[in-house]
Amino acid sequence: MRYMVMHYSDDAMEAGAPPSPELIAGVGQYMAEASQSGVLLAAEGVQPSSKGARLSVEGGKVTVTDGPFAEAKELIAGFAILDVKSKDEAIEHACRFAKIVGATKVDVRLVTEF
Amino acid sequence: MRDRGETARAIEAVWRIESAKLIARITRLVGDIGTAEDIAQDTFVAALKRWPQSGVPDNPGAWLMATARFLAIDLIRRRDRLAEKQAELGPPADSMTVDYVAAATTDDIGDDLLGLMFMACHPALSSDARVTLTLRLLGGLTTAEIARAFLVSEVTIAQRIVRAKRTLAATNVRFELPDRGERSIRLASVREVIYLVFNEGYAAAAGDHWMRAELCAEAMRLGRVLVVVTPDDPESHALISLMELQASRARARTGPDGEPVVLLEQNRGLWDRILIHRGLAALERVAQLGGSLGPYALQAALAACHARATRPEDTDWQRIAALYDALSQIAPSPVVEVNRAVALGMAFGPQVGLDLADELTTVPALTGYYLLPSVRGDLLRRLGRYGEAEADFIRAAALTSNARERTLLLRRAEECSQAARHGS
Repeated sequence: MRYMVMHYSDDAMEAGAPPSPELIAGVGQYMAEASQSGVLLAAEGVQPSSKGARLSVEGGKVTVTDGPFAEAKELIAGFAILDVKSKDEAIEHACRFAKIVGATKVDVRLVTEF
Repeated sequence: MRDRGETARAIEAVWRIESAKLIARITRLVGDIGTAEDIAQDTFVAALKRWPQSGVPDNPGAWLMATARFLAIDLIRRRDRLAEKQAELGPPADSMTVDYVAAATTDDIGDDLLGLMFMACHPALSSDARVTLTLRLLGGLTTAEIARAFLVSEVTIAQRIVRAKRTLAATNVRFELPDRGERSIRLASVREVIYLVFNEGYAAAAGDHWMRAELCAEAMRLGRVLVVVTPDDPESHALISLMELQASRARARTGPDGEPVVLLEQNRGLWDRILIHRGLAALERVAQLGGSLGPYALQAALAACHARATRPEDTDWQRIAALYDALSQIAPSPVVEVNRAVALGMAFGPQVGLDLADELTTVPALTGYYLLPSVRGDLLRRLGRYGEAEADFIRAAALTSNARERTLLLRRAEECSQAARHGS
């Protein structure tokens, strides 16, 4: 089964502060570990919302708003897709990731497969 | 804070993630799999006792490793004391000393995993034993899970494991990382085992126990680990590429009633884009490493030709024919030849394919193989030789043991028979 693990942004990330060397090393270490477990299918991090846009659709009418958006804590900072045997295994990987990168909030979501 | 139930589940998850690494490291320290597995089990029991009270440690992997090392040293001390009393036991194996275990630190865990793969897939073992040990030690599957996957009894699997360990002990197989020449032979055996596990799951018909499909997932996980521990080996990348690309079609391979859907009739929208992307990326790595002509590389390249085609008519059949040509030279087999006939028929017209198919009818290994008359029937049908095509489809139907396949072939035969009558 696949899980999408998402972590959230914070004010510093949203302000465009470059990641610290510790963070880069931490992410590298986590990626190496996850690859060695054979569970990591894909992972990406995203730039501050000021470099993106948001679409709102109302009654079929699309409105495009450029970033930045308020509330950094509600914005995704990155995701990983893991191929694991159980939700607990996904949670354990998410735990390690959260500790290594110092994330304050991480969501673990089951990917729909049909 | 996690409650007790959550802690128990967390321990299971940590075990799933750490057990192979743990067994690999201890095997390297103490030399043999049996002892290593015992120590790993004791370590797991220790975690089950401690963690519900103390909570899951901050770095559970390191906790398990430290505990296992402590247990290993303890075991060796006890054994040495026993050996002093019974001097006839002889000196311990090189790796099996307290000093060695205490001194060994954070060497590359990748090498440990590779060494364990080499042991589990050792040539002294039968193919069944290699598969079982690999799933048990590197996949962390229980005896019951392996038994379910292979549709045999738990007792059979348990005996297989005991016998395999006994064989390794009797032939004095210890943890080792062989050099170049030997290494490539041993790696070939590891890949063979992984691909065997994959095919065992992939060949399972729809509706089979879910554990069969789980075998594919397990093989792919092992394949992904293998590339991490042998990053410079093109055939390891080729194997994972092949598995990712084949697995990408899993959802499209069967229809709503479980009937098989042939590749060219599959709904390509159901193909798994993540796996295709991974498979193609791995294949690119194979090319960078200069290994495009290896047996797994050629098979992966074949699978990639289909994965790259958005519509069936976009398939690069000339490339497929060339790849089968290369494959038939390095790994000749009658089955490859039959597939080559299909590719030639698609690339250069049915007559070219038929010429090869006709030659193959005299190959003894293909007598009784349903795919040859099925392929030949198809080529004859495309040439408008309906009477002969009908006869071949009927022959193929009689040879297949798969009921759904038989229905399909008989329908083709009937279509040919009608076409012959109407002279169309």
